[in-house]
Amino acid sequence: MKADLNVNGRAVSVELEPRTTLLDCLRDHLGLTGTHAGCEHGICGACTVLLDGEPVRSCLMFAVQADGYAITTIEAVAPAPGELSIVQDAFCETHGLQCGYCTPGMILTAEALLRRIPDPTRADIVNAISANICRCTGYGQIVEAVALAAKRLAGSNMPRALPPGEGA
Amino acid sequence: MKPVPFDYVRPQSIAEACAALAREDSVIIAGGQTLIPMLAMRLARPACLVDIARIAGLAGIREEDRAVVIGATTRQTEAEYSDIVARRVPLLAKALPFVGHAPIRNRGTVGGSVANADPAAEIPLVLVTLAGTILLRDAAGTRAIAAHDFFLGPMMTAIPTGAILTALRFPVWVGERIGVAFHEISTRQSDFALAAAAAQVSLDADGRCLACAVGIGGATPVPTRLDAAVEDLIGSTLTDDDIRAALAAAIDTVEIMVDTHASPDYRRRAANALALRAIAQARDAAGQVRQGRA
Amino acid sequence: MSAQPFRFVATPRRVREDRRFVAGRGNFVADVNLPGMLHVALVPSQHAAARILSIDASSALAMPGVHAVATGAELAAAADPLMNGLDTPRVRRFPLAVGQVRYNGEWVAAVAAETRALAEDAAERVAVDYEPLPFVLDPEQALRPESPAVHPDHGSNILLDRTFVWGEVERHFAQSPRQLSFRVTWGRNSTVPVETFGVVAAWDPWNELLDVWASIQMPKYADQIARALRVPANAVRVHYDVDVGGSYGVKRGIKHTVLAGYLARRLARPVRLLEDRLENMRAGDAHGPDRIFDVAVAFEDDGIINAMRMQALDNAGAYAGRAPFQLGKPIGAIVGPYRIKSVEYRAISVTTNKAAQEAVRGFGQSPTNYAIETAIERVAAAVGVDRIEVRRRNFIRKDEFPYLIPSGTRYDSGDYHTVLDKVLAHVEWPKLAHERDRLRQDGWLAGIGIAACLEPSGGNSAFEPLLNPKNTTTTWMESCRINVDALGHVAATIHTTSSGQGHETLAATVIGEVLQIEPDRIRIVRPDSLASLPGNSPVGSRMAIMLGGAAFHAAEKLKRKLMAIAAHQFGCSDQAIDYAAGAAAERNGTRRLDWGELVTIAHRNFHLLPPGFEPGLEVTHVMQVPTGTALPTQDGRVQMYPCHSFELHLVLVAIDPELGKPQFRRYVIGHDCGTVINPAIVKGMTLGGIAHGIGAALLEEFIYDDQGQMISQSFMDYVLPSAHEVPDVEIVHHCTPSPFTVLGQKGSGESGYLGAPAAVASAVNDAVAPLGLAFTKLPIRISELSDAVAAARASGKDRIGTGTA
Repeated sequence: MKADLNVNGRAVSVELEPRTTLLDCLRDHLGLTGTHAGCEHGICGACTVLLDGEPVRSCLMFAVQADGYAITTIEAVAPAPGELSIVQDAFCETHGLQCGYCTPGMILTAEALLRRIPDPTRADIVNAISANICRCTGYGQIVEAVALAAKRLAGSNMPRALPPGEGA
Repeated sequence: MKPVPFDYVRPQSIAEACAALAREDSVIIAGGQTLIPMLAMRLARPACLVDIARIAGLAGIREEDRAVVIGATTRQTEAEYSDIVARRVPLLAKALPFVGHAPIRNRGTVGGSVANADPAAEIPLVLVTLAGTILLRDAAGTRAIAAHDFFLGPMMTAIPTGAILTALRFPVWVGERIGVAFHEISTRQSDFALAAAAAQVSLDADGRCLACAVGIGGATPVPTRLDAAVEDLIGSTLTDDDIRAALAAAIDTVEIMVDTHASPDYRRRAANALALRAIAQARDAAGQVRQGRA
Repeated sequence: MSAQPFRFVATPRRVREDRRFVAGRGNFVADVNLPGMLHVALVPSQHAAARILSIDASSALAMPGVHAVATGAELAAAADPLMNGLDTPRVRRFPLAVGQVRYNGEWVAAVAAETRALAEDAAERVAVDYEPLPFVLDPEQALRPESPAVHPDHGSNILLDRTFVWGEVERHFAQSPRQLSFRVTWGRNSTVPVETFGVVAAWDPWNELLDVWASIQMPKYADQIARALRVPANAVRVHYDVDVGGSYGVKRGIKHTVLAGYLARRLARPVRLLEDRLENMRAGDAHGPDRIFDVAVAFEDDGIINAMRMQALDNAGAYAGRAPFQLGKPIGAIVGPYRIKSVEYRAISVTTNKAAQEAVRGFGQSPTNYAIETAIERVAAAVGVDRIEVRRRNFIRKDEFPYLIPSGTRYDSGDYHTVLDKVLAHVEWPKLAHERDRLRQDGWLAGIGIAACLEPSGGNSAFEPLLNPKNTTTTWMESCRINVDALGHVAATIHTTSSGQGHETLAATVIGEVLQIEPDRIRIVRPDSLASLPGNSPVGSRMAIMLGGAAFHAAEKLKRKLMAIAAHQFGCSDQAIDYAAGAAAERNGTRRLDWGELVTIAHRNFHLLPPGFEPGLEVTHVMQVPTGTALPTQDGRVQMYPCHSFELHLVLVAIDPELGKPQFRRYVIGHDCGTVINPAIVKGMTLGGIAHGIGAALLEEFIYDDQGQMISQSFMDYVLPSAHEVPDVEIVHHCTPSPFTVLGQKGSGESGYLGAPAAVASAVNDAVAPLGLAFTKLPIRISELSDAVAAARASGKDRIGTGTA
């Protein structure tokens, strides 16, 4: 079956079985391996992508359901090859990760949160990232990363850019 | 954990959807947040998925006289942030943040949660507590089932074969002092509730209870309204003692679910404690309201 | 070990690995794609124990895209059994069940197909005929001779039953005025990484080489693959540049790799075996210690503990694996931080029809600490002395180090009293106690939890020869090679995979420190196993000590080479040279050679090199474990790990008496791991370890029903802590350097996890103590907690108010 998708601002067309999740489509058909599989039943959040700017679990969608949305994966977050977004850089600054496996999901969740709530409380941050399981960090430095990113975004004097493909 | 192979169809209308459902081994998919894990574990093995999420007219939130009607395929997040829901069905607005996590609510639908009828689900509990209605369509036409008659057991509803849930009607209370509260207890925040309680009260100018709705879920096979308790509370000032006494009798007679996640004693005790808090908190919230609601 | 301030060590520095991960550019095993790669799905046993009568794969093989269905019989003919650590040759283990299945979920057959989905479709069509057998799940049952033997050829279910007596236990018990005993149980749980285990194996028949990419944390991995597949060890090439998505001990992957390697050779196609979550939870390297402790202590009226008897009965599951050694490692810290004079320790490991345990973070130390800390708490209650004061009285004093414990290990250094004082000052102890009392007055059950414990670090595997005299290993080395190229750029090697510990940053920081050059200029590379120097992977909290040490010594060698080259130019002795930031200058003169000049001489001007020098600028160091060189004595004494970090947890918990759910109100950990090479890394380890510990104490358990079915199969039932379940932890630092390491560093890879379960249990028990209750099994579930409180109140033991606002 064919699925016409908008991924990171690009239109792509894939031919796949209906039972192929959006997660497997991104990884296996589109070579976007930054999105990770942790449980394949919608609990761990390692597969998080943005759909029209909001986080969803890509293991709980089939590719054939995903047409008509702007899909954003971690690969679209860096502004240019070798450059980090403010959120990505904040994660590096506080060491809000260790093994890196849950990290793409965490970063997308953080990006979406900060777009919706530019000045989040600790509770807002914890609430948002509670949808993503991390087994390495105990979450402390991740919360610090998101708080730091909020501060830096506020002072960045930049318009809040939508993820690629949005606003269309 | 890949599902069994299946076909996927996307009907353009409810009639088409009903026709597609007539095929054996077809199931509806809307949000997919409860179906897809079952598919991944191969516990659900349909031959065809009928995707109703984009059928025109099935999503949306509208106000009617004394009710808010939420289309079945309305995403839970949309209801969570809806101004109409916040103003007119505040109990639902209170409950929605407890539904899973935000990414689940971004895809999950209000109707899907009701059709799935998980005993721990929050939306069915609110629907039952407010004595709402489930609207359906099948080949024969439209019908409405009262929430009270809709949930038959864990994961079991009165949806007739081949029918599609089209909308949920939530009654709206009119009054000067209305307060709501929702509590649940789970092993982790955002896990399925071991027990949950929803309460809505309306007070008169002297703080006496004009109307009260209390429901418990999680602990029971189906969401359960505590009508007996409510009767005792009408006309009282809802002191903590009033509430405790009214609940004690009601909760002792409710059927409690038995499974491995918690003892029945725990569920009963927790349901009682949460219902008590919910009613008291709703009472306090109602007491703080100065302006009436249209 | 130096007292002067460091330039790079112990200063804030970004972890360089983070950069690629935040961009989604990790190289995890699922990202490794080879042309023609086949995918494996497993056929699991439904029974806890059953004879395999027949396997009919014909229907599966008939499906398009299916290449093979392998069975245990086939593997047993083609491969050697996986290695056991103990001397138990009749407990044989293969990647697939041979002749009989021994636990629910055990892999019976493996399907290789064009896609994973097809492999799963085909796996469902493999028809296995079973004859159910009697099974045993309970370890105390398994001890009895009449219990069904999981491995009949072995004769019983006992893998290990060894009693050690260190010191005059009998006499101390006889002469102590007081004794008490108790049982505590550590429920089966583990560290469950978000990434499951996966391996890609490819056999090149032209070079006769098996390439392996895996999400692995396993010492001697290549050796074990080679042995099992009956190929020379230098026919196996493990690629260490695969990023591992968390392991915390568990990813041993041998059965997966032998299976994938076998299929790769048989089918002449690369093969990927990537566990899905169900395969992982039921039958992967997922389960951890499952242990019953029976403890008795003999003590004085003032709470000083003289002697301890501990029996640890561990339910290893259906195969030996590493589980029995997880009873041995804690011997190296069997008295915890306390001056207990003598110990009798009986370690029993039994087989049952549960999944086989794998190594878990701490290798048995966390459960053991839970038992030791329970003893201290009980002693305090018995003598009516405050729990903090009793610990104070029993702590080894800082002037007693190196301190020899009864089982033969010398603790290197520590200052437990100061860490305790710092933590108490940080929380303003009277205020914390007052807070607990205030919560109680408001109707909460409230408790303060305390746990003091050690993190043995350095990974000396002395528990292997201790529990298996046929094993005479006395080294557990790690290596580093530094090469300075002709243009003066530095590249250094590490010989392992990493799972988030920041090893590249660690090595670069240490090398930069010694050479006094910016660590960011040092590139760290991971050669494959054939090109690597000896190493033993990041287990046993060893890498700060061993990799740090190897990198340090290699860098020192390099520095001395540079100084010798300069000395030779100046015609003076090496001792008259001062080295600073890459340049070498004569101390009493003006001549100086900078880095570029020294490099040029080394790479180009052989005629200017000192006699005996090789051209180029390359050094290697293979490091032995400090202090660990001797085999165990006859009575089972041995120096286990070289270094001992210390942690002291202080936790305030509030519990709604009806709802039974503990809430963390405050969590403080005092942490002393000696010199901290990278503060952010150590902080992360500590916070992550505490999160694991909270899971073990309150949430996580692999539950089997009485039919031997493993019912915690997915994340719906095996509950992992999210950000809501882990409090904001405050860390109070102290530094007692190790005298045995190059920078005074100790390990911290297990920190937090080793004490958190004990601390949380202590807090909950303090909260329910006024009701006469104590919980003695982890995890403590909210339903059981609430039921116990209700029962206690109903029977009139209640001394506190009911309900909360």
